[in-house]
Amino acid sequence: MKTLRITNGRIIDPANGRDEVADLFVVDGKIADKPAGDPAEVETIDATGLVVAPGLIDIHVHFREPGQTHKETIASGARAAAAGGFTSVVCMPNTSPAIDNAGTITLIREKAEASACVNVFVSGAITKGLKGEELAPYGSMVNAGIVALTDDGHCVQNHEVMRRAVEYARMFNLTVLDHCQDYSLVGGGIMNEGEWSLRLGLPGWPRIGEELIVARNILLAELCDSPIHCQHISSGGSVRLIREARARGVKISGEVCPHHIALTDDTLQAFDSNYKMNPPLRTQRDIEAIIEGLADGTLDILCSDHAPHAFYEKEVELDQAPFGITGLETELGLFIDILVHRKKALSLNRIIEMYTVNPAKLLSLDRGTLSMGAPADITLIDPDREWTFDKEQSASLSKNTPFHGWNLKGRAVRTIVAGETVWSV
Amino acid sequence: MSNWTHKDLLALEDLTAEEIRLVLNTATAFKGVGERSLKKVPALRGRTLVNFFVEPSTRTRTSFELAAMRLSADVVNISASASSLQKGESLKDTALNLQALRADIIVLRHSSAGASKFLAERLDASVINAGDGAHEHPTQGLLDVFTMQEKRGSVEGLNVLIVGDILFSRVARSNIHALRKLGANVTLVGPTTLVPRDFEKLGVKVAHRLDDVLESADVINLLRIQHERQRKEYFPGLGEYISLFGLTKARAARLKPDCLIMHPGPINRGVEIDSDVADGSRSVILEQVTNGLAVRMAVLYLCAGGAGLPS
Repeated sequence: MKTLRITNGRIIDPANGRDEVADLFVVDGKIADKPAGDPAEVETIDATGLVVAPGLIDIHVHFREPGQTHKETIASGARAAAAGGFTSVVCMPNTSPAIDNAGTITLIREKAEASACVNVFVSGAITKGLKGEELAPYGSMVNAGIVALTDDGHCVQNHEVMRRAVEYARMFNLTVLDHCQDYSLVGGGIMNEGEWSLRLGLPGWPRIGEELIVARNILLAELCDSPIHCQHISSGGSVRLIREARARGVKISGEVCPHHIALTDDTLQAFDSNYKMNPPLRTQRDIEAIIEGLADGTLDILCSDHAPHAFYEKEVELDQAPFGITGLETELGLFIDILVHRKKALSLNRIIEMYTVNPAKLLSLDRGTLSMGAPADITLIDPDREWTFDKEQSASLSKNTPFHGWNLKGRAVRTIVAGETVWSV
Repeated sequence: MSNWTHKDLLALEDLTAEEIRLVLNTATAFKGVGERSLKKVPALRGRTLVNFFVEPSTRTRTSFELAAMRLSADVVNISASASSLQKGESLKDTALNLQALRADIIVLRHSSAGASKFLAERLDASVINAGDGAHEHPTQGLLDVFTMQEKRGSVEGLNVLIVGDILFSRVARSNIHALRKLGANVTLVGPTTLVPRDFEKLGVKVAHRLDDVLESADVINLLRIQHERQRKEYFPGLGEYISLFGLTKARAARLKPDCLIMHPGPINRGVEIDSDVADGSRSVILEQVTNGLAVRMAVLYLCAGGAGLPS
């Protein structure tokens, strides 16, 4: 019997509607209501002035194992997650080979078991090889342990294939996560279509390329009476569509990445590929619409879309550079800094809710709560701590971030997985 | 008169009106050199210029090559098909190798917007943008305003029409910036698909009926319709394009008598411009080519740190 006592912290546990200063106990890796065993062996963490939250969950990360381990491994990605305050992540299936079969899933889970310091959940491909043509074998993939389906990085263009995927997934209670991008409208677009794409002569990625697929997903979720979750929402128009659909009771949801509320498309004038991501950075108007959507609950999950790439891969002509930035270590700080401190649009409690109980519910994960008996995944947060992000200190193998040198207010200071501290400031 | 403080020439959007005037004045001096029987000055003797053309070009490459030779620089031409880019070497590595060979000036033509800026930030050598994707083609913009100024005395207040495929045109963007800075009134003309309204945010007017704006023009600059790179959904075909936006004989007859007819070349006779109109008395298309040489001499001279104009 081993007891951990976290004293005097402000416990915020949105799953249980709890917000109070109290002590929290962990016995044998589970949340407990009192200490157990020898009182002399109780380990104590003083959390005075800190927030004690359920371990944060990021449902959208790219760990590049197998296949591209020069960018990130499961172990290094997990360390970056821990350093950002995350106790659980959901890996996207666009590895090499793609996660579209039970064997690859088993390999990743074994690798994670052996090398990752946080919980690594695996999502499986909607279609074989992420090609958008044939359904992957969800039954055996569920048995191997996937928690969601997505072709992230790609988008199923054929609506009949997507319809059958959503219908078939319902049999396994699997939520489909969708990277919303209409290929014919987006073409070779690499930045938001608008004044800045015209100025810079760069191919535009129009909002409607996202909105059309969001609308498609709303109709399919309604038709199949099954949940579809829209990944990394970038357009204000998408927020409006999702808001209207949710008001009708459609099982549609959306998530937000910090770069889509922290940066706008004019940053591309530096032709720096650390501002190139998919979907692209948009405008102040979109940022305001997204924040409004977070504030009114239209969008209810936060995530990073952590997408590591090697320096030499990003340091090429802008149109040839891969999309994406790292994000696990900056996302919580950015959201607290922007949404809680600067815009005063959301409470810290809401941020925690969108990183814990909401993603846990969406994917039926037994995480995201400090209920008695739950796995003792805990994140200690100092919402007022001022700090500067230094990419050279990052735990990720890759440093492709536009947030190097940013001064932020608010961060995780300790990450605890199953009762063990895996990272602290 | 301001001084030139730039190592590179990447985009006219980055220059002030004073800096543009400095290039034009320097070009005027160099144009005189081109009229002599002995066309060479020693300004860049001992310097090495690399013409690095990752995208095909004859006119611009030849113009830079001649400009460098007239300034007594040593010139090397590298094209994409002959370079290590074909073997998978990155642009950055190719350029670092050129720098290791002590190239002083790299003139880059590349299909990616921002490619010249990318190199300029990583090299000590001067980088001259000879066209980067659909972004800018600064020496073309400069030679166009040079030609307008030479013919009309001043660019300020001129009504300039730029007609055609604006969306994909680096020439249009460089012209817009130079003309706005020098006080001209710019109207972009073309189909709605190739001239999005958002261009108005650059301080220009947008028109979709050439016939409505033709008579106001002091200058009409016709862009090449680049059908080889067009996607077919932008307009139905060349026949319809000519009927709506081609400078036909009938339209040319409605232009002001002193309207300058310009084209960055290579022209498609019978498409954006009628063949006889291209060869007519108001056409300054070949003078643009001559002036391009003087403008490029000026740009190379200034970026290489030249001081004092040739007498």
